[in-house]
Order: sequence, then C-alpha cells, then structure tokens
Amino acid sequence: MEKAILTGKYYMTGDVACAEGALAAGCRFFGGYPITPATEIAERMAVRLPEVGGTFIQMEDEIAAMATVLGASWAGVKSMTATSGPGFSLMMENIGLGICTETPCVVVNVQRGGPSTGLPTQSAQGDMMQARWGSHGHYEIIALAPSSPQEIFYQTITAFNLSETYRLPVLIMSDEIIGHMSERVVIPDKKDIKTLCRPKPKGRKDRFKLYEPGPNGVAAMPAAGEGYNVHVTGLTHDEKGYPILTVETQMEMITRLTAKISKNLNDIIQTEPYFLDDAEMVLISYGVSARTSLAAVDIARKQGIKVGLLRLITVWPFPEEQICELAERVKRFITVEINMGQIHREVQRCVGGKAPVSLVGHPGGTIIPPDRVVEKLKEAF
Amino acid sequence: MADKLRAAKKQPDHPLDDLLRRDRIPHIWCPGCGIGTAFSSCLNAIKSSGLERKNVVMVSGIGCSGRAAGYVNLDSFHTTHGRAIPFATGLKLGNPDLNVIVFSGDGDLFAIGGNHLIHAARRNMDMTVICVNNLNYGMTGGQVAATTPNMAKTTTTPRGNPETPFNLPHIAYAAGATFVARWTILNTREITKSIEEALLKKGFSFIEVLSPCPINYGRRNKESSQDTLKLYQEKTIIKNGAHPSEIDIDPEKGIILGKFVDLQQPTYIEKYDKICRSLMNH
Amino acid sequence: MEFWRVPLDVDEIQITRGIVYIIENRCKGCGYCIQFCPRQILEFSPKFNQKGYHPPVVKNSDDCVNCHYCEIICPEFAIYSVEVSDELSDSYNEIGDDNEFNEEVNGKSNPHR
Repeated sequence: MEKAILTGKYYMTGDVACAEGALAAGCRFFGGYPITPATEIAERMAVRLPEVGGTFIQMEDEIAAMATVLGASWAGVKSMTATSGPGFSLMMENIGLGICTETPCVVVNVQRGGPSTGLPTQSAQGDMMQARWGSHGHYEIIALAPSSPQEIFYQTITAFNLSETYRLPVLIMSDEIIGHMSERVVIPDKKDIKTLCRPKPKGRKDRFKLYEPGPNGVAAMPAAGEGYNVHVTGLTHDEKGYPILTVETQMEMITRLTAKISKNLNDIIQTEPYFLDDAEMVLISYGVSARTSLAAVDIARKQGIKVGLLRLITVWPFPEEQICELAERVKRFITVEINMGQIHREVQRCVGGKAPVSLVGHPGGTIIPPDRVVEKLKEAF
Repeated sequence: MADKLRAAKKQPDHPLDDLLRRDRIPHIWCPGCGIGTAFSSCLNAIKSSGLERKNVVMVSGIGCSGRAAGYVNLDSFHTTHGRAIPFATGLKLGNPDLNVIVFSGDGDLFAIGGNHLIHAARRNMDMTVICVNNLNYGMTGGQVAATTPNMAKTTTTPRGNPETPFNLPHIAYAAGATFVARWTILNTREITKSIEEALLKKGFSFIEVLSPCPINYGRRNKESSQDTLKLYQEKTIIKNGAHPSEIDIDPEKGIILGKFVDLQQPTYIEKYDKICRSLMNH
Repeated sequence: MEFWRVPLDVDEIQITRGIVYIIENRCKGCGYCIQFCPRQILEFSPKFNQKGYHPPVVKNSDDCVNCHYCEIICPEFAIYSVEVSDELSDSYNEIGDDNEFNEEVNGKSNPHR
C-alpha cells in the first residue's frame, strides 16, 4: 500500500497540499462534487485515497456530497469534502445536521467571488459570515483560514484534530489564490504529525448515552456496527439521542453544543502576532489578505509607521478577548479582507468604540495590493 | 380452552419487541396509518434474514415514514429531508460490512431526494430502499406529492391535482435498480419476503409499499382507511415480472403488484475495488 | 369449515391452534386485525384504553389457527399470536384452573378474563 504521508519537500498548489494534509491527518473518505476552484482537491483525493485504502466518490451534487461525508463519519472513518461558494450554500443543510448530530468532518471552502455563480476563477473572502451563520439555527462553529499552501497542509491536519476532539464539522476557509498558487510545501515525518481521534465509549453498552458530555464537554462517539444501537437525529434530542421536542431539551442541547466550543476557546483559537508589541495601529487580517497585510506592515515600518498585524488563523470562534485587550492600547484598527466588511464588523464589535476601525476591503476578483493598505495607514498616521 | 391457556402462561413479549425501542412505543403514526405495518414487515424481514444485528443499520429522511429510524433498536439515523440515500451511501462506503436499509416516504425519496435515488440506483449502491407511498405529504398536513393521483384533493390542490404522478418502480428500474417490487400493506408476507430477499442480495433494491394515509389524504378524498384497504383487496393484481413501464397506479385498470426486477449486477463497491484500487498495483 | 368436496385426508389434517395476546395500550383502534382476521375471532372491546381507543377483544378464542395475520397487519405492535404447543397444554394441565394471571403494569393485559 502506498504511503499516506509523502514525507519530503515539494512545490505544490494549496489545493493539493490540502489533500495531502487530509491524508496525513488520517482522512480516508472524500465525497465531493466538481467546482472551481476546489476541484483539484477532489482530483487529488480521487487518485490518492484508493492508494491508502480509502474511498473517493463524486456525488450528484454538493448536498449529497455533504451527506455522504456525515454517513462515512458515522461509519467510523475520518471524512471530508471540498467546495466553493455555490456548493458551500448547498452544503449548509447537512453542515447543520453535522452540528446537531455532533459529527466530526472537515469542509473546505476554496472561496471565489459571489454572490451566486459570481467569479468562478477569481478570489474572494466573501463567505466568512456564511461560514459563521450559514446554516439555520443558533450554533458555534470552527473555521480556519490558511495563508499559504504550506499552512493549508497543517491547517487541514488541525481541522481534523479539532473536528475529532470537539465532534463537529470544521471549516477551512481557503480561497482561489491559496488554492491555485504553488509554493514550497514540506511534508514532515509521520512521527512529527500529531493526529487525534474522536473519543470512543467505554463501559457497558446498554448504559451508553450518545450525547453524555465527557470531561471537556464532548461526548464519546461509537461507530455504526459497533453494537451500541445508537439513534442519531437532526431533531432536538436528549442525551440519549432520542428526539424530545420540548423547550427544556432545546435549551439543554443548544447549551451543550455551544458550550463545548465556548469553554475550550484557549485550545481552539490560534492567531499570529506580527510587530504587535509597540504597534500604535493594528491590521486585522486572515487568509490571502494576511499576505497583503504582512507586506504592508513591512513597507510602513520602513517609513516609520508603528503598525502591527494580528493574523487570524482561527476565524471562528472569533478571538474576541485578544482584540478587546489590543483595543485598550491601540490607536486604530484596520481590517483587510476581500469582501466589503464581514470580519470588519466583528472587529468593530470587539473594539467597542475604544478606537476607530477602518476597512480596506474589495468585493472580490483580485488580491488587495499592499499599497492600498499603506495608503490607508498613512492617512490615519 | 385457549382463554384458560392464556391465563395460565405469563404473557410473552411481542415477537418484534427486541427490535423495537420499546421506550418509544407507541409511535407517532396516526390510527389507520399503514407505515407501522410496513415497518413491522421490515423488522420481520431483518429477523428472518438472519443477518447479524449489529451490522444492520436503518437510515431515514424526513416525514412520517422518516420517523421509522427512531423506533428500530439498531444503529439508526434520522437525517435531513431527502438525504437519507446519500447519508446511507456514506455509511456503506465507510464500512462495507454494514447492511444498510433506507426506510422513508415517497415525498422524501422521489421529490426532494429524487436525484439521490436515481444516482444511487445508477451506481448500484448496495442498499435496500423501502419507500412507503401514501400518495401525499402527511407530516405537514396533506399536501400534493409527486405520487398524488391526478385530480386527487390535497390542501395544496383543493380543486384536484392537475399533475401526473410518478410510477415509482419504473423510475427505480430505469435508473438501474437491480431489485424492484411493489406491494400494499395488505401483502405483509410478500413485503417481508421482498425485503428479506433484498437484504440478502447485493445491489440497489427498491421496494414500494402502498399505504393508507386516512387522516390527511383519505379524509379529503372521502376514503377511510378501511376503504383504502378494501381497494387494495379488490383492485390489486399480483403480476410478478411485469414490466415496470406498464404498472402505473390506476385503480380502474387494477393496481399491479409483485416483484418486477431481480438482476445480478456488480455493485458500486465491487466495481470501485476492481477498477480504482487494482490500478495502484500497476 | 365447509368443503365443496371432503378431502380424503380430512381426518389427518392438523390445524394449529393459537392464543392471541393484545397489548391494549399500544392500540389505536384502526380495526385492521378485526377486519382481516380470516376466522373472524376479534371484535372491538367496549372499553377504552389509556389513549381513549377501543382495542380489539377476542370473541371466539378457540377458533384461532395461529395464522399471525393480526400480528403482521397491526401497525402498532399491539397484537400477536402464539402457537398452543403441547408443552403449553401440559403446563396448563399441571397448573389447573385456579392459577392467577397478573396484569402487567406496562399495559399488557388479558382482555378476555
């Protein structure tokens, strides 16, 4: 059998690196549907999965793709799918089922310009709020934003680890540029890759409760065929998994689903500071726009502007605390993103009027040039 | 004498109690609804098939029939509307040892989930799909479905249904199902036998079960559950091997029941293993 | 049973015998078991169950041939029949007439007592 982890140094695209990261994390099922600019992830998985004993299937649409991913996860297999905006919209239904039934899996959204069919071959970051609230009802979600092919390799592993630990669909919010750009990617030794698996139930099967929270608020998860006779439903259910359509059960279930994220923020949230210590102005950015921001910080610093960057690696849950702390000492915030102000609103909310927050945004189709950010910095300086 | 005998012995459990989540019975289905009978036949088939219980899983979509998964004491999944088949596809591909039953309704499987059904049939995905056809959307109060007869009254076709209904076995057959049967809930033994055959057979199997919906369909079409069953008794003709294109539901001509298709074809997993996995050895 | 021609082996044919059990509180009174019992041994009970339905009651218990049709047509898992075996007959003989039948709390009952 071929190796799942192709240790070595490569020049590969973000989409391919994402597929390799998934295989390294132990993913053995991919259900997908072709869509630009995410198709290369499916293509790579179609080649690689059968080599490592996994299964690839191209479904009839993204709704079905997402449903197979959940089904495979309940069969005990780490599973994923990858799509772009229009497919992400279709997947929202079953992402909700995944949240409600606490099903670990990974969904990659290689973002392109929207709304609707939009700009299939050009980049955007317009699905950030859809990632947060796209499925109906109130829930917590985890979404990561990679800034390079190397990072998407690692983030895909992280996404699987988080999904297995907290039992929910974890979203990777890539974009067309990261997906299609080729860069150096180092795939480490197997021993240097940490992979986590969902907690398995112990003890008597007849006393097992499907959603009884464990120490970190997450319940153990058996697979179909292990003899636990689980009942899994998208209806509001109690700890046993039985549908109970009452106000009390709804309260308990939503509390459980949100608490497992909100009580583990320190374990989940990752950010990267750049020149933050003495910064008077701070850029908040993520994904491909963080590369723009990084360049802008370097240019501005050379011109004597005290600016730093807070790069969001985890976008959801939002690093509220960190931004609140910065708001105590920073004179201005600038959000840089390829949309007209989505994460910007979150920054405004956290800053809470303690400093002005401006936006360097773009409706999509191109990367934001660093000059635009520098200009904005100079204006503010 | 039987009375005395009954009194003499402690009442045994219902023979299907071991396959039921007893703490959830009675179920939500209305008096006279046939889903319970179709479900009971399915449980009997699971029993008589002799399959190892822990490997039998049931997946349902949304709707009245979709609640079936909640009553079977097996690994069971109540998914989103129309998506039972792709969810079941994931389960089967994730663990090919599982014997997957999809138990759902006509609205779920043929309207919102129609695309998934034809593609699973085309792939010959190894699963047994049981479609309880009650001619309307019962859970939401009796709206027109893809199976509602022409001119029938529903809450959304108050003057009669202007559309033509689907012939479900024909769709399944045309899409590539390798086992196709249709029965009414009166033919409980035949349903059980068909489901058992389907469970033991590899490939995509489809069994339509005609079932009364007295509260939401029957009431608006002046048909009590007893009337519906009488119709089943008087107007059905068993014609095994009939061509699925010739079995539109028409009580005037007689409703054709039977096992229509039983073919041996390689399943998706067999073909995937042979074609996609063997290449890596080259 | 009436025959248009008496089978030659009519004396040798063994007809199985059954006992019908009813779990009254599962019943929703659809009447399918009553309507379709080939020996017409059931009828609606005048009493109500917990849900307010009239469950079936056995009127001619000796006529049950244990065909199980009531059991498999019932949508509610509320009625079933058990074959009267030799063993059961024996145990009946041993116990005699004065045994006590306990109605179970879970709603099972012997409606015919």
